Amino acid sequence: MKYFPHTQEDIDSMLKVAGVKSLDDLFSEIPEQLIFKREFALPEAMSEVEIRNFFDTLGKKNCKLTCFAGAGVEDHYAPSIITPLIQRGEFLTAYTPYQPEISQGTLQYIFEYQSMICELTGMDVTNASMYDGTTATAEAMMMCVAAAKKRRKVLISSTINPKVKKVVETYAFYNGVTVETIEERDGVTNLDNLRDKLQGDDVAGVIVAQPNFYGIIEDYTGVAEMCHEKKALMVMNANPSALAVLRTPAEWGADIACGDGQTLGIPMNYGGPYVGYLACTNSLVRKLPGRIVGSTTDVDGKRAYVLTLQAREQHIRREKANSNICSNQSLMALYVTIYTSLMGHKGLKEVNKLSYAGAHYLAEQLVATGKCSMAFDKPFLNEFAVKTNVCPKKIQAALLEKGILGGVRIADDMLLFCVTEQRTKAQIELLIDTVKNL
Amino acid sequence: MIRNYDKLIFELSKEGRMGYSLPKNEFEGYCMCCGIPAHLKRETTPELPQVTEFDVVRHYTNLSNKNFGVDTGFYPLGSCTMKYNPRINEEMAAHPAFTQLHPDAPTECAQGALEVYYNLAASLSELSGLSAFTLNPYAGAHGELTGLMIMRKYHMLRGDHKRTKVIVPDSAHGTNPASAAVCGLQIVEVKSTAKGTVDVEALKPLLDDTVAGIMMTNPNTLGIFETEIPEIAKLVHECGGLLYYDGANLNAVLGKCRPGDMGFDIMHINLHKTFSTPHGGGGPGDGPVGVRAGLEHLLPNPQVKKNEQGIFYLTTDEESAGCVSGFLGNFAVIVRAYTYILTLGRENVKMVGPLAVLNANYVKESLKNEYYLPIEGVCKHEFVFDGLADKSTGVTTLDIAKRLLDYGYHAPTIYFPLLFHQSIMIEPTETESKETLDEFIAVMKKVAQEAAETPDVVKAAPYNTPVRRLDETTAARFPKTTYKQMKG
Repeated sequence: MKYFPHTQEDIDSMLKVAGVKSLDDLFSEIPEQLIFKREFALPEAMSEVEIRNFFDTLGKKNCKLTCFAGAGVEDHYAPSIITPLIQRGEFLTAYTPYQPEISQGTLQYIFEYQSMICELTGMDVTNASMYDGTTATAEAMMMCVAAAKKRRKVLISSTINPKVKKVVETYAFYNGVTVETIEERDGVTNLDNLRDKLQGDDVAGVIVAQPNFYGIIEDYTGVAEMCHEKKALMVMNANPSALAVLRTPAEWGADIACGDGQTLGIPMNYGGPYVGYLACTNSLVRKLPGRIVGSTTDVDGKRAYVLTLQAREQHIRREKANSNICSNQSLMALYVTIYTSLMGHKGLKEVNKLSYAGAHYLAEQLVATGKCSMAFDKPFLNEFAVKTNVCPKKIQAALLEKGILGGVRIADDMLLFCVTEQRTKAQIELLIDTVKNL
Repeated sequence: MIRNYDKLIFELSKEGRMGYSLPKNEFEGYCMCCGIPAHLKRETTPELPQVTEFDVVRHYTNLSNKNFGVDTGFYPLGSCTMKYNPRINEEMAAHPAFTQLHPDAPTECAQGALEVYYNLAASLSELSGLSAFTLNPYAGAHGELTGLMIMRKYHMLRGDHKRTKVIVPDSAHGTNPASAAVCGLQIVEVKSTAKGTVDVEALKPLLDDTVAGIMMTNPNTLGIFETEIPEIAKLVHECGGLLYYDGANLNAVLGKCRPGDMGFDIMHINLHKTFSTPHGGGGPGDGPVGVRAGLEHLLPNPQVKKNEQGIFYLTTDEESAGCVSGFLGNFAVIVRAYTYILTLGRENVKMVGPLAVLNANYVKESLKNEYYLPIEGVCKHEFVFDGLADKSTGVTTLDIAKRLLDYGYHAPTIYFPLLFHQSIMIEPTETESKETLDEFIAVMKKVAQEAAETPDVVKAAPYNTPVRRLDETTAARFPKTTYKQMKG
C-alpha cells in the first residue's frame, strides 16, 4: 500500500522497542468483544487507473449544464492561476497557524483577506473567515444576542435566502432565541412591519439581505436608525462581489456584515466548500467569533503576523463560549484573496457590469416572450424573479433538454434567473428561444 | 526562495495594472450606472490591489515558502492527525463534473454527486458501526454542534425537557464544552483517574434525570483507550442519556474497533484527520455525523436517500435536528475522502489504526528517558509528555517546541491536555516511516541535551525560521487587523 512506509523488518524492530510482540498486542487492553473481526463491507483497494475510471463514470451521471441558477451560488469566472497557487503543498497541507514562526504564509494571506473583506464591506474588522454564508449569518445572530445580554429575540427579513434563514433558526432554537420574520411587501422588507416589531424593546438584532433573495437591491434608508433607536443591532447579509458597486453595509449603518464569498470566483462544487465572512464595527470586536490575525513584529523587529485577541475564542472561554468555531475556512479565504487581488476594484466592477447587462437583456427578452412577467418592479443587479403564466416546472424541463439549468423555482408560479459574466449572448438567446417556443 | 520577502499584496499595487481578462460586453444599452439609483450605490472605491497575474504568482509563491505543511516535513501535532494528503484525492475533487455542478441542479442531473455522498456515508457507517451519516456539517466543531443538537432533539421529542446537562471529561478537547454551550447545554466535568481514564466512580453520582448525555473521545486526548467504556455506556443509557463520540481520535482505532460497538449513539468524524483530506491551513474540512439505529430521522436536513430503483434523492424530515448548512456540506472534501477509502480498500483500511499506534509507541518508548511520561503503558495513536524529565533547567515546553522549528519539524501540540502543566502531545500518524521517526527522536534527544547544557540557546529559539518569536502582547493591545489600520 503506497501510503504505508512500513516494511515487515521495520514493524518487527519497532514492536521490539514498543515492548510488545505483535500489532494485535498493541490493542490488548481493549475488551475482546469490541475488537472488529469480520471483513469490512467495502470495495477492494483500487489503483489510480481504476479510481480515475470510477470517478469518470460517476461524473457522467451528472449533467453538464449552462447555469442560469443563482439563489446564493453563482457561476462566476475565476482566473486560471488561482487553483495552482492554492494547491501548493505549503498552503494545502498546513494546519491552522499554531506556530506563527513557520506559518507566516497562512497568517499573511489571512491578514490580506481581512483587509479585502473590510474594504468591500466598509466594516472596521473581520475574522479569518467562517464555514459559509449560512453559518456566518447564524453566528451574526449569536453576536447580537451576546451583545444585547438580556434580549433573546432576533428579527429576520422574509426577503433573505430561505436556506440562510433555516440555519439561523436552527442555531436560535437550541439557544432559546426567538426568531421572528419581518414581512415583505412587493419583494422587499416591509419597513412598517419592522418598525412595529421593534416597539417591544426586546429585539437584539435585525437581519436583512442585500441584494435580497429575489435579486432586488433593497433601499435600507433609515433602517439602521430605526434599529439603533431601539438598541437593536443591524446585520446585513450581503453578496461581497456586488459590494464592489453597491452601497456597503457600513454605508447603510449596519453593525455586522456577513455573507458567502462564493461569488468571488469559487467554483460551485455542488454546494461547497465556499467561505463565509463575518465583519463588524470596532465596538463589537470582542463578540466576534473565530480567529483574527493581527500584524506585529518579531524579536528582531521584522514584520510579522499572529493570531490575536484570542481571549474571545472557544478554547479559552470553553463553557462560556458564544461560538464553538475553532479554525476557519482558510484555503477558501486564500482563494478569494487571490481572486480579489487579480480582479481589483476595476475587475469586480466589470464583472458586475457584464452580469447586469446580461441579466437585464434576459429579463427584457423573457417578458417579450409573453410567457413571463417581472415579479417585482424593483432595481436588480444580476438576478431577478419572473412570474410565469406556464408552469415553471415545464419551463425548467424544456430548458434542461437544451442543457440549460434554467433558474430556480421559488414559488408555484415564480422562477429566479441569475446571469454572470460567463453567460454568452448565444446561451441567453437559446434560453429565450426555448421559452418562446413552449 | 527570497528569504526576506515581506511585502503585502497591497504594496505591489500600481494604478493601471490588471490581473484579469473578461469577455466583451455583448449587450449594449444596459448600463448599470444609469440603471441603479445613486443612493443604492457605494460612495467610495474599495482599496484593492491593482496587480498583474505574474505579480500574484510570485507573491503567493513567496508566501507559501514561509509556510510549513505535511508536504514540507514531519508534523506530529497531537489530536490533529497530520497524515499524508494524497494528490489523487485532489485530482478527483477537481473533476469538472463536480466542480461545475450547481447545488440547486435537479437531483436527476446530480446522480453522480449524490452517489458519492451516499456511498461515503455508507462507508463511514460500516467503519464506525453506526446506522446512518450526514455529511452536511462543515468541520469537526460543526459536527460536534450538530451531534449535540441531535441529542437535544432526541430528548425534546420524548417530552424530556429537563435533560440539559452534558458530562465532559476533564481531558476533553476545548471545543467540547464550547459546542455544548452553543447548543444551550450546561457542562458538568467528570474527573480522570490517575491512569488518565474517566473515573467511573466519580461518574456515577453525576448520572440523574437531568443528564442529556456524555461526550467522550476514545482513545482519549492522552492517547489512552477507555477500557471501561462498556460499563460507562451501560450506566449512561440506564440513566436515560446518550453517548457522544468525538471522532478526533478515530485514527487510533480505525479498522480495529468501532464506536458503534462501544455503545456510542452519536459521533462525528473529521474527514481532514482520519480520511486524509488536507487541512488547508485551517479548513475546509468536513465533519460528518453518524447516529445509531433509531436516530436516523434526527439527522440534519436535507438528507440523501436511495430508492429501490437505485435513484438518489433529497428529502427533509420534520423531526430532524434542523438545518446546519446551505447545502450538502463541503462536497469537494467528501469526494477526497471517498477517493481515499477506495484507494485503501477493505484490506488496507484495517492497517491504519495498528500502524498509527505502532508509530506512537515507538516514539514514546524511545524518548521516555529524556521527557517525563506521566502515564506509562501502551498508548494508542498519540501520547503526552509532561515536559522534560529534568525540570531543573527552566526550559519549558514552549521552548522545546520553538527549538524543534529550527531543526525543521513542526512542533507537537503543546499545553494540551490541561491535565498537565507542560503537556507535549505527539501524534506521528501511520504515514511516517521509521527513518523519519528515528531522525525526529534523535532531534528530540538533542534538544533535551541542549536544555541541560545550554538552556539559554533553547529559550531564545527559534533562529532559523522566516521570523523569530513574535510580540503577541503588542499585537493584542493595539490590534491592527487590516492593511488600512497598519498604514495608520
